[in-house]
Amino acid sequence: MSDVIINAENLSKRYSLGATHGYKTFRETLVDAVRTSFSKGRKREEVWALKDVSFEVKRGEVLGIIGRNGAGKSTLLKILSRITEPTSGRAELRGRVGSLLEVGTGFHPELTGRENVYLYGTILGMRSSEISRKYAEILAFAEMERFMETPVKRYSSGMYMRLAFSVAAHLEPEILLVDEVLAVGDAIFQRKCIAKMREAAGGGRTVLFVSHNIPAVNSFCDRALLLEGGRISFSGPTHDATGRYLAAASENATSGDIASRHDRTGSGILRLTGFRLENLAGETVPFLRNGETSRLVFEYESPSGGPVEDVNLQFVLLKQSGEAVAQFGTRFTGQAFREVPPKGAIVCELRRLPLVPETYRLDAYLSSGIVPADYISWLARVTVAAGDFYGSGYQVFEKESSFLLDGAVNLSGPIA
Amino acid sequence: MRIVITPKHKFTLSELASLWHYRELGSFLVKRDIKVRYKQTVLGGLWAIIQPFFTMVVFSLFFGKMAKVPSDGVPYPVFVYAGLLPWTYFSGALTAASESMVGNANLITKVYFPRAIVPAAAVLSGLLDFLVASTVLAGMMLYFRIGLNPALPMVIPLTGLTVLCAAGAGFWLSALNVEYRDIRYTIPFVIQLWLFSSPVIYPSSIVPARYQWALALNPMAGVLKAFRASVLGNQALDWHALGISSGVIFFLFVSGFLYFRRMERTFADVI
Repeated sequence: MSDVIINAENLSKRYSLGATHGYKTFRETLVDAVRTSFSKGRKREEVWALKDVSFEVKRGEVLGIIGRNGAGKSTLLKILSRITEPTSGRAELRGRVGSLLEVGTGFHPELTGRENVYLYGTILGMRSSEISRKYAEILAFAEMERFMETPVKRYSSGMYMRLAFSVAAHLEPEILLVDEVLAVGDAIFQRKCIAKMREAAGGGRTVLFVSHNIPAVNSFCDRALLLEGGRISFSGPTHDATGRYLAAASENATSGDIASRHDRTGSGILRLTGFRLENLAGETVPFLRNGETSRLVFEYESPSGGPVEDVNLQFVLLKQSGEAVAQFGTRFTGQAFREVPPKGAIVCELRRLPLVPETYRLDAYLSSGIVPADYISWLARVTVAAGDFYGSGYQVFEKESSFLLDGAVNLSGPIA
Repeated sequence: MRIVITPKHKFTLSELASLWHYRELGSFLVKRDIKVRYKQTVLGGLWAIIQPFFTMVVFSLFFGKMAKVPSDGVPYPVFVYAGLLPWTYFSGALTAASESMVGNANLITKVYFPRAIVPAAAVLSGLLDFLVASTVLAGMMLYFRIGLNPALPMVIPLTGLTVLCAAGAGFWLSALNVEYRDIRYTIPFVIQLWLFSSPVIYPSSIVPARYQWALALNPMAGVLKAFRASVLGNQALDWHALGISSGVIFFLFVSGFLYFRRMERTFADVI
């Protein structure tokens, strides 16, 4: 008997860009049909979300799948869980597949906890007899023995997620596909979930685990695939894969010849020519860690060779999706430079970086007086890795937080 | 168990088997729809009666009393209710099925199961309302002293045909609705036109005999006519019209299912 439980050969998935943005109307289809019949060879822009991905997974193995947003991780899981079909290629799975792509989808707010346990369980592929058998265990795991006759719309979001995860955790497929579901509940519940997944893996279950949470991947997976632009760029021991992932993320953020970029606007009286991340000791680093103090170094040059007056630098950190997260610069700190030398660097020091781990996009803007001098969108990618912001060893959950709030929790005396 | 994933896989009989494998999910989706339908309403299940009953009252007043629409020798109220009962089920089931895929988008993009379960469950969950509303028909027959007709058991296969018709049209419309949200706005309008071209308000006998076959091309026409004949016993069953309508329903169901199957593989990408 072969021990290979998943065998993927050249899996590819193509999306046409038009189709991914919302849905079509009849009118658009008609217009498109007319257009394409008149202008032959006009093609929609197409992207390969996944291209020639081949790999094998052995029974009992825990495989991590890492990569930046848009690298194809979720597409791969969607193909393996049969939610969407590949454009080409083939995969064979020898066993029952359970996928946890988002915990709690299928919960109906009007139904009671009990009804939802059954509904969600069957949606995930359990038999109702199986659910009945495990019912007590599910409730105990979720610590939710009460409230089972209450509609889940009255639940707190924590209760809701605990119950949903608990149902999912009791699914016993031979192959478990997991996408970022560990970011639920409190730290204690999270540890319970990891323990449950370990137990599953220990019991001969095969697990494919997609995550941005590099520490979790490191501690949990035997082996990892690194996806880049829809292709497997590395496959091997977890630590090597995660190391490459972090290095690649940093390389993207620090390399690239900014001086020769043309996608910039402004008068050009000052130009950004370089960017790097530094730690407190002044060493260049590939990524930042939250909770640590670090520096963003912007190198600039004045093409005229003379000093420039009244200079301001601003930058914005955005999510890859384009959503702005934070802004910083001399206008806000009130530190505009009265005069800067023709060539130099402006160093922004960020103390106790309060951002959750993610790869951010950095846009930067230089101005002289009221005249925009240089603006570059996507100047660099800045990866923030998990540090120890609170000095407690715990992280906040990325899905529930964009920032780390500084503070402390204290017990007050009895409330009168 | 062995799952092979390839692009564009053709429809096979083993898929019908997998539909059967997922029957439990189907029954849970039906139960969910039924339980949720009248949650947080004061009148609850009474709504199943109120809608056809008051439609019957209004129709009787305007079409029966004032416009003097003929009713094949039975009192107009019971005549129109015997048509409204299957019609209300059909239109409700068709609307629910058409919206079902879009309404369950979160499930469809997150979990695998044979997608056809979703519109099928939407169609089946209306049957409880149909049963509840049929008690009113029984009451009216008692009131108007219409005896039990020996052909009454025919309503079971006729209800089955109505289910297939709603499912067939529902497969078409729900799959189209995933890609073209125009469908959402078309449905109320389609149902209205369909109502007026079906013998609900009027008897099919007002259509000249030589065009009866054309009326029967509307699949609900043959079914409604036969439904009335079986319940009220005022006419013999028109097997010819029922045959044509059944043929159309069969075609609608199979073509709808195949179209749905063909579109199924891209649902998660476009929904």
